[in-house]
Amino acid sequence: MSAVPAIRVEGLQKSFGANHVLRGIDFRVDVGEVVCVIGPSGSGKSTLLRCVNRLEEADDGSILIEGEDIRDPDADVDLLRSRIGMVFQSFNLFPHLSVLRNLTIAQRRVRRRGRDGADRVARENLARVGLAEKADAYPAHLSGGQQQRVAIARALSMEPDMMLFDEPTSALDPELVGEVLAVMRDLARDGMTMMIVTHEMGFAREVADRVVFMDGGVVVEEGPPDRVLGDPAHERTRRFLQMVR
Amino acid sequence: MTRRQRQRLLRGALYASAVLVVLALVAVADWELLRRNFLDVDIAAEMFPDVLLVAARNTILYTALAFTFGLALGLVLALMRLSSIAPYRWFATAYIEVFRGLPALLTIFLVGFGIPIAFQTRWPVLAQITLGLGIVAAAYMAETIRAGIEAVPRGQMEAARSLGMSRGRAMASIVIPQGFRIIVPPLTNELVLLIKDTSLLFVLGTTPATKELTKFGRDVLTSRANATPLIVVGAVYLLITIPLTQVVAVLERRNARSR
Ligand SMILES: Nc1ncnc2c1ncn2[C@@H]1O[C@H](COP(=O)(O)OP(=O)(O)OP(=O)(O)O)[C@@H](O)[C@H]1O
Ligand SMILES: [Mg+2]
Repeated sequence: MSAVPAIRVEGLQKSFGANHVLRGIDFRVDVGEVVCVIGPSGSGKSTLLRCVNRLEEADDGSILIEGEDIRDPDADVDLLRSRIGMVFQSFNLFPHLSVLRNLTIAQRRVRRRGRDGADRVARENLARVGLAEKADAYPAHLSGGQQQRVAIARALSMEPDMMLFDEPTSALDPELVGEVLAVMRDLARDGMTMMIVTHEMGFAREVADRVVFMDGGVVVEEGPPDRVLGDPAHERTRRFLQMVR
Repeated sequence: MTRRQRQRLLRGALYASAVLVVLALVAVADWELLRRNFLDVDIAAEMFPDVLLVAARNTILYTALAFTFGLALGLVLALMRLSSIAPYRWFATAYIEVFRGLPALLTIFLVGFGIPIAFQTRWPVLAQITLGLGIVAAAYMAETIRAGIEAVPRGQMEAARSLGMSRGRAMASIVIPQGFRIIVPPLTNELVLLIKDTSLLFVLGTTPATKELTKFGRDVLTSRANATPLIVVGAVYLLITIPLTQVVAVLERRNARSR
């Protein structure tokens, strides 16, 4: 395992107005590691995730992506972001573009790949999520589960070093959750570095190398899934796990 | 009698009286005089082919030029209004308030008289027309475009940024194309208004070759002391505007299907 973590967060502070959301977060994801972040609604999980690729501006603390400070005013944020795949709860596919174009537009505009190269990478990744035959469809014609798989393939098409997921299955009908989790399971098995905010405790227990429990803007505890989910050290964790069960 | 029946009776009575009024007006009107003044076939025939080859062509040309200019400037103004840089926002807001608040005729006048004084040269007629009408059109379109951009969900910008696109790139490739889809109907409305506003361009002065439809019609009206040209010109306007609104309806339906 590499000495430099994929993501290293130290002393992260973030407020929205008077609402102090992140109160000194220390957090790390190593290369090849799968970390699931759990916690009650409003605990700051999404905010932490969004600070990592600077969709949200942190107030204080440091955020190092493979050793590079993404908060540095001189940092090339666009370049750093292109190395961090992100998957949203609401998919956020580009509705005016075909599935294939959803997967190629950033490759071409950001990576400056030619059409053939971009198409090839896109089709590979569509096949990877089991949607090779949907290349020419428009997002509106896909089910929620298919849309989220396309969104994952879109992020993968940038060949990122790591992937962030913000409750990727929360907007899905129950019968569609499985197909998305299956794709994520494959990714984890292939060694992708992943930070996953999720309420799927079964998935976290099965796939995560480490589970992080957040509450009230701090990391309350973290550790191997069996310990954090099976035998939590903190009362707050225990109460949360009872509630979601 | 039920409420429903009473309503039906009332409506029947209303229709009947409306028909009676129309019939009375038709009976009283002097049809021969109307025909001679508004539907003189000889005068109508005289207007062809110039009413199409010169006047209608000019109306369409002026509209196209002003629309293109207005759209480009309107997009710039819309982006300025959405900018995080305050002076840009102030400028755009002031521009929009001023040129929506002034009568278009006045703005065209100002351009027509202001440019020769400001630059000590006469600009080509087409440039003056484009500027005069386009300045006003931009003010209206800026607000429409801004509304379109704001109607695109924030997640679209975020998804584009998360893929490494710069803000400008994300705007150009992701947000603006979707924003424009949303505003096709109001933008067409503005195009139709612009077609009609070309009738104000006479204040810039015209030659036989630069007349648009209204000026062309009015000149025939004056020279022949007959109102037929207004009917002809009006029909030509409708010939342009009605297909336009139909095309847009089709585009909209196709758009609705693809999302
Ligand atoms: N853009 C924003 N502006 C203002 N307040 C915000 C914003 N984003 C989040 N918040 C607030 O920050 C707090 C934490 O929100 P966050 O979305 O990070 O929680 P979460 O742990 O992801 O919750 P959930 O499980 O419901 O997604 C909440 O109180 C929320 O209202
Ligand atoms: Mg959240």
